[in-house]
This record gives sequence, structure tokens and C-alpha cells, in this order.
Amino acid sequence: MVKKILSVALCVAVLVFIYSPILLLVVYSFTDANVIGKWEGFSFKLYADLFQNREIMRILLNTVVLALVAAVLSTVIGTAGAIGIFYSKKKVAAPLKGISQIPIINAEIVTAISLALLFSFISLYRTYFSLIVGHMVLCTPFVVLSVMPKLKQMDPNVYEAALDLGASPSTALFKVVIPQIFSGIVSGFMLSITLSLDDYIVTAFTKPRTFDTISTYVYNAVKNGTNSSTPALRALSALIFIVMIAAVLAVNLRAGKKKEGAK
Amino acid sequence: MTKLRFSRKQLCIPYALFLILFVVFPMLMILFYAFTGEGADGGLTFTFANFADFFTSRAKLSTLLMSITIAIISTAICLIIAYPLAYILARSNLKRKNVLLMIFIMPMWINFVLRITALRELLDLVGLLGTENYLNTIIGMVYDFLPFMLLPLYTTLEKLDKSYLEAAADLGGNKFTVFTRVTFPLSMPGVISGITMVFMPSMTNYVVSDTLSNFNITILGKLIDEYFTTYDNWHMGSMISIILLVIIFLTLLATGGFKEDKSNARGANLW
Repeated sequence: MVKKILSVALCVAVLVFIYSPILLLVVYSFTDANVIGKWEGFSFKLYADLFQNREIMRILLNTVVLALVAAVLSTVIGTAGAIGIFYSKKKVAAPLKGISQIPIINAEIVTAISLALLFSFISLYRTYFSLIVGHMVLCTPFVVLSVMPKLKQMDPNVYEAALDLGASPSTALFKVVIPQIFSGIVSGFMLSITLSLDDYIVTAFTKPRTFDTISTYVYNAVKNGTNSSTPALRALSALIFIVMIAAVLAVNLRAGKKKEGAK
Repeated sequence: MTKLRFSRKQLCIPYALFLILFVVFPMLMILFYAFTGEGADGGLTFTFANFADFFTSRAKLSTLLMSITIAIISTAICLIIAYPLAYILARSNLKRKNVLLMIFIMPMWINFVLRITALRELLDLVGLLGTENYLNTIIGMVYDFLPFMLLPLYTTLEKLDKSYLEAAADLGGNKFTVFTRVTFPLSMPGVISGITMVFMPSMTNYVVSDTLSNFNITILGKLIDEYFTTYDNWHMGSMISIILLVIIFLTLLATGGFKEDKSNARGANLW
């Protein structure tokens, strides 16, 4: 009994710790106060301000477009890479797998400055090119890691059977291999989106000077003392919290139901 | 008519080129910059000066020591909170355990800069902001990286073969013995994976320390950033990166973390 109470207490305490900052921001996004802690009555004014704020809307668009572009490119290169590695001899596969671990293990700041050195060397420092490549360096290895296990689970005979039945290698690849590893590709893509949306450090070192994502904009707002509590930003945070929580819950509840149905 | 023919193996060529160009080559450039400096004539010369400078500078060494201390404390707190939590979640009889786990790690998918600024607001409200810089930084690291510790621990504890525990109990082990002699040793891969996932970012993620200490605490990652953006001394910045890489390498070596699959800790298979 005591054990059970302690267990529940721990769970509750951690949940309070995790969610209290988020809840605080969400609650205070519905009042027209300049600082948090002073309730000025219920109002949607911050949201109205937010949607009229052209600068923030543009930055939101930047962030989403960057994430989509980086995720699509990473998924293509990473999926092809995983298939290639899977069918290569160990002599080729082992070093590629090893190098794939570097961006995953490495401190982000080291990845960021290494890219800064490279791109200033080839005179492409702080361009859209360096920014997209930077995000791809973060994402692509995770795509490879998501796709690889699906390739291992695949029945190798099916591909051979397709060839025997007259399919060309590329038809067999697109009609047989890709469908079997598709769930891995999707999770690699989703992971890339979240990694790109979450990033600050690599973005800060590779972005064009006038370009901002939500991360760099909010960090700079805190740095320049305009403070995070710039009221419209509070509404933006609250909105992102709510949307992300809803999305993650929806995806997982659906996945959970599918699993139960399969039983 | 010649058809476009490619073997499956060749599909890794673009990825291999990508890795060589944008991962291997840039890392070699860090090494090059770390051991060069601007000579008297303005050209680059080979030198150990950056290395010597780091280990003779009191300020830099104390930054290093302080970063390691912050990282050790943050990692330890994460482990102390996450281990029992993972144990409870993995052992619970609830049908939808996964959904419960999800609730605990969900913040991982929300932009961390926004979460840290939200935490900043809370710390401001309770009066810690601006007064307790070190405490705030550690709270922030734990807040940000707790899911990275929880997830690998949950995965190993969940997969743990229950028959071992029953066997240990049948052979006369009391609950405490079963835990210390069987459960904990078997969960070591999760512990190690969690430690490597939390330790390194807590030494380097300067967004957390900047935001929560009002830019008063300089951790190692911030020092590298400053040499690149503020002091414009890329050689010294590269040298500090090399030192950081050596630390990462040593932690992996010490914990045997090379064998671990890091993909899981970022929730690769949760989508």
C-alpha cells in the first residue's frame, strides 16, 4: 500500500514538474497581461495580436518550410543509403554505419562549428544551402537508423521472386522493397521533422543572417532583453504546445488502437 | 536502348558522399584549425599554442570543470528520478502502458527553446530567476533531458525477462536482493544509454544555461560559441571542440556506450 502511494506520488510529482511551465504559459496566453503572474481577465487579444504579427507569421512559415525541405531530402538520401548499406559488403557497410553515428553522438555545437568551418572554406557560409545541409546532417543518420531494422525484418526471397517473375531491379525495388520498409521511412521522416523543428544550435551557425526560425527568434528575444514574455510570443508558444500535444496524442492513440485490433 | 541500370548497393553512394563531404571533412577541418594559428605574416602556421593556452588558462579550465560538475549533477538527478519512474511504468499492470509513457516523454517533441523559456517564466514567478543561476541551469538540464534518460530505461526494464526475477525469488532472494543482484545489473544497458544521452548535452547545450541564468553562466558549449561568434578566434574554438570530443570519446569508452544504439533514446521508434 505504502509502495503504491509512493509510486503514484512520484508519477504525479514528475508530471507536475514537466507540465507546470507549459500550463502556466497556456493559461496566461488567455489574458492581456504584459507579464506572467498578473491576471488581467480572460481575453483572446494575444492570439489576435499573434496572427496580425507579420514578422512572427513569416518566421513560423520559415520554420515549417525548412523542416519539410530538410525532412524530405533527408528521407530520400537516408532511405537510399540504408538500402545501399544493407546490401553492401561489410567492408563498405561498417565504415558507413560508423560515420553515421558521428552526428548522433557528437555535441551539436561541434557539428555546428564544423559546418561553419566547411562552408566558410567553400564560401557558402550562412546561405540557405548551408542551413539545409546543416539540418540534413542532423536528420539523415536518424532516417538510416529508422529504416535499417525494417530491412532486416524483410523476407529476402520476395525480392528475388520478383526478379524471377521478370521485374526489373528498379521495379522490384519500388514495388517490393519500399512497401515493406515503408513504416520505417515514415518514422524516419517524422523524426526528421521533429529534429529540425527542435534545433537551435546548428541553425544559429548555418542560417543566413536575416533568416530566423522560431528557435533563433525566441532565443534572441530573451538575449536582447525584449524578454520571452513578449505577449504575442506567449500565445505562439501556447499554440505550439497545444497543437503538438494533440498531434502526439492522436498519433499514439491511433497506433495503440491498431495494435489492439491486430490482436 | 540502354536502360538505366543500378544495383541496390549503389544506392548508398549519395549517402556516402554526403557523409564524407558534410561530416568527415568538416570534422577534419576542426582538427586542422585546432592545431594552426595565424602566423606573423598573416598566413596559417602549425602550432600547439591553442592547446597550451587552454591548459594554462585558469578561466578556461574552471569553465571545463564547472561544465563537468553541472553535467554530472544533472545526469545523476535525471537517473535518480527516471529509474524508479521507468520501473513503475514498466511494471504497471495498466493496459495502455505505452500511452502512460507517452505522457511522460511528450515534451520531447515540443521545441526545446520554447519549453525552456516557459520554464524561465515559472522560475521568474517563484523568484529563482536572477538569483539562483546554477540551480536554475541544473533544473533546466533535468527538465530538458529527463525523457532521454527515461526512454532507454523504460525500454530495457520493459523487455526484461520476468522469469529471471521469479527464478531469483524462488531461489530465496528477498525483494532487495532480487533488485540489486538481478534487476539492476540487467538494466545496465539502459542506464548507460541514458547517461551518455544526458551527460554530453548537459555540458554543451548553452541555450538552457543562457536562458535560465540570464547569460551569467558559461558552459563549455557556450565557450566554443563565444570563440566563434564573439572573439572571432576559430582556432581556439576548434581546440575546445577537440577537447570536448576527447571527453565524449572517454565517456563512451568508460561506459561501453559504443555498443549502444542511440536511435532509441530520441524516440526513433515511437512515431
